[in-house]
Amino acid sequence: MQRLVLNEEQQMLKDSAAGFLKDSGSVSQLRELRDNRDATGFSSSLWQQMVEMGLAGTLIPEAFGGSEFGHVGMGQISEQAGRNLTAAPLFASGILGVSALLLAGNDDQKKQLEAIAAGQLLTALAIDEQGRHAPNRVSTTASPDGDGYVLDGQKTFVVDGHVANTLIVSARTAGEADDEAGITLFLVDAKASGVEVERTIMVDSHNAAVVRLSGVRVPASAVLGAVDQGYSVLTSLLDIGNAHLAAELLGIAEESFEQTMNYIRDRKQFGVTVASFQALQHRAAHLFSELELLKSVVLKALRSLDEQADNTSAMVSLAKAKACEIAQLATNEGVQMHGGVGMTDEYDIGLFMKRARPLQQLFGDYAYHADRYARLNGY
Amino acid sequence: MADLETFRQETRAWLEQNCPQSMRSPFKSDKDVCWGGRNWTFQSDDQRLWLERMAERGWTAPDWPAEYGGGGLSREEHKILREELARIQARPPLNSFGVWMIGPALLKFGSEELKRQHLPPIVRGEIRWCQGYSEPGAGSDLAGLQTRAVDQGDHFIVNGQKVWTSYADKADWMFALVRTNPDVKKQEGISLVLFDMTTPGVSTRPIKLISGSSPFCETFLDDVRVEKNQVVGEVDKGWGIAKYLLTHEREMIGGFGRTAAGQKTLPRQAVDQLGLSEGQLADSFMRADIARWDLDAKAFEVTVERVTDEARSGQGVGHASAMLKYYGTELNKRRQELLLGIYGSEAMVWEGEAWQEGALPRQWLRSKGNSIEGGTSEIQLNVIAKNILGLG
Ligand SMILES: Cc1cc2nc3c(=O)[nH]c(=O)nc-3n(C[C@H](O)[C@H](O)[C@H](O)COP(=O)(O)OP(=O)(O)OC[C@H]3O[C@@H](n4cnc5c(N)ncnc54)[C@H](O)[C@@H]3O)c2cc1C
Repeated sequence: MQRLVLNEEQQMLKDSAAGFLKDSGSVSQLRELRDNRDATGFSSSLWQQMVEMGLAGTLIPEAFGGSEFGHVGMGQISEQAGRNLTAAPLFASGILGVSALLLAGNDDQKKQLEAIAAGQLLTALAIDEQGRHAPNRVSTTASPDGDGYVLDGQKTFVVDGHVANTLIVSARTAGEADDEAGITLFLVDAKASGVEVERTIMVDSHNAAVVRLSGVRVPASAVLGAVDQGYSVLTSLLDIGNAHLAAELLGIAEESFEQTMNYIRDRKQFGVTVASFQALQHRAAHLFSELELLKSVVLKALRSLDEQADNTSAMVSLAKAKACEIAQLATNEGVQMHGGVGMTDEYDIGLFMKRARPLQQLFGDYAYHADRYARLNGY
Repeated sequence: MADLETFRQETRAWLEQNCPQSMRSPFKSDKDVCWGGRNWTFQSDDQRLWLERMAERGWTAPDWPAEYGGGGLSREEHKILREELARIQARPPLNSFGVWMIGPALLKFGSEELKRQHLPPIVRGEIRWCQGYSEPGAGSDLAGLQTRAVDQGDHFIVNGQKVWTSYADKADWMFALVRTNPDVKKQEGISLVLFDMTTPGVSTRPIKLISGSSPFCETFLDDVRVEKNQVVGEVDKGWGIAKYLLTHEREMIGGFGRTAAGQKTLPRQAVDQLGLSEGQLADSFMRADIARWDLDAKAFEVTVERVTDEARSGQGVGHASAMLKYYGTELNKRRQELLLGIYGSEAMVWEGEAWQEGALPRQWLRSKGNSIEGGTSEIQLNVIAKNILGLG
């Protein structure tokens, strides 16, 4: 058993991501993208730099041009992305796209890892069909047609969907609407005929899209993994996604907490700093304690992924549930302790609150993961 | 009792005749709300008619004395009017800081001249008011305010800055707290004054909120002339009046989260969205959370009723407004967070007609201000602890 601390390499990755994203992928950049109504929703020069630094290839084996630092390593970057509200396709491509190919890709498909590491390919995971996450609820269909399939249906809240070159789509090849069996994953070219992608402007000014598929023809080689067996791949993929979402939410919670502490140490009312009121001190101390717990479970979940531990799914649901709970608490407390300025667009604290909620919802919120954790533990 | 029954029948008949059909449904968005004032553009003829007809009866301020334009209703009659309005899901004809805040203060503390000047236009929705209390350095510590009013014989000259002034850029008049005596204990040198927003030296700058809109402003007061007859109550005695006014504001804010007549309740929305399985909400964790909220919301509603009835019969605890404000606003914030859970990512969409231009997340964000405006939750808890419980 490794100790539950970062090794030297992981610590270095954390420090360099922290320094780099603070300078180049910060909140002010997100504001700029938002205020200019940037069509892509991310800075391509930032992404290019991340690629050059090797961040895009953190999970990719060396044979495909990556550094294979593992999930604990990548998790450090996710956390820093949370702290800076970084708008970049790292999660959709560097984490979800890479992991999907690693989990289920054949040798031919895995070649695309090189393109991701080199920053030439962007992917997006198109699975949910409604507001609340339900990966088994798939009514998008894939019907056999000659030597391939025809896809029909609609996917919503596809992160970075409108900038992706390749969409990873879950579709039903057998079974009923809510069945876990009978789901197949497909790699779909975003430019294929019948694919329509529409960007959705979200509360956090990050990217999401609606993907409409009408009569989209794909060859048999587009199937990722085994036909009808996509759900188990999806389960592993979502565990990876949720562990990194938990890390990003941790970054959001930590940064909200620190900014708030700084604010109440400065702000004076009644002739003293508001930080001197015990009513705020105890809540800050409580939040500090919760953040310590959150740090532990996030690291544990990332570590479980790297070690492929038996209880990985439970550890991931634990981390995501806690991350949802504490990011919500930290951002709510942050706005409240800022008083009136917390409601203004000028202060950053509101942006952290607006970023936390979509990440909480993505791939399952507190209720979803608390329920899943209970199930996985047999109650 | 028979009289009240007659009142109910007559009210029902009058409303049936006079409330336009389009005014008989809950507000769909903030744009449907009528605020009145000199610069108001009615959204529809029905909106104008509804205000005019209600104002003519004084029913925009039902319990104010008729001599100042109010409805002159007893508390039983007022209750019946509320019930009959709810029965047909009538929209409030007017939202008004005049009716909710400065009006009650004028009725209690204002000179006869001030009442006659200001109350009737409030009832008719002709003058829109804003509240100039908070300053950059005086939020929770409101009595620490620095805006100076210097005595010039028959008038004051006012200099200073207000902040978070809701709708200052749309309002016609402001009621403001100013320091008339800097040499005494801070609570004892404050006056409540009234002035027209078009007075030279008054300027406003909107502040953009996290919800994307700009309902509140910075307000700059630069050598603003305020007539002495526009002081409410006595000079230097404004703090007590300001606090009285705050209790009205707090009760109003505490009620923000209540479900309006005809609006879908939170559990109903959850059922419609998540579906039932064997008669129970399909998601058991959310069911427990929603039930917990629903119990508290019902208990709160009954408490508002009890506290209101007690106050009108001269019983009950003082400072109830602090409790109602605290509990009501925290309840509304919980409700908004639950709504995000019920609609999931759908509640995260910010723009687009298909998503009502982000009505859900914007309203969620706005609710965060409820526990800050009108005195923060922390300040309400301090009031309860100190003034009701006698702690510390
Ligand atoms: C939506 C909105 C509308 C508003 N509209 C108006 C308006 O129309 N007119 C107007 O005059 N003002 C208005 N306000 C201002 C509002 O009244 C103030 O924001 C509020 O009183 C808090 O003051 P502050 O912002 O300076 O926060 P601060 O007083 O700086 O408070 C910062 C934090 O410290 C806490 N704190 C302060 N003192 C204590 C204490 N003694 N014990 C424990 N905790 C403490 C607070 O609770 C808060 O969490 C509005 C505010 C909002 C958000």
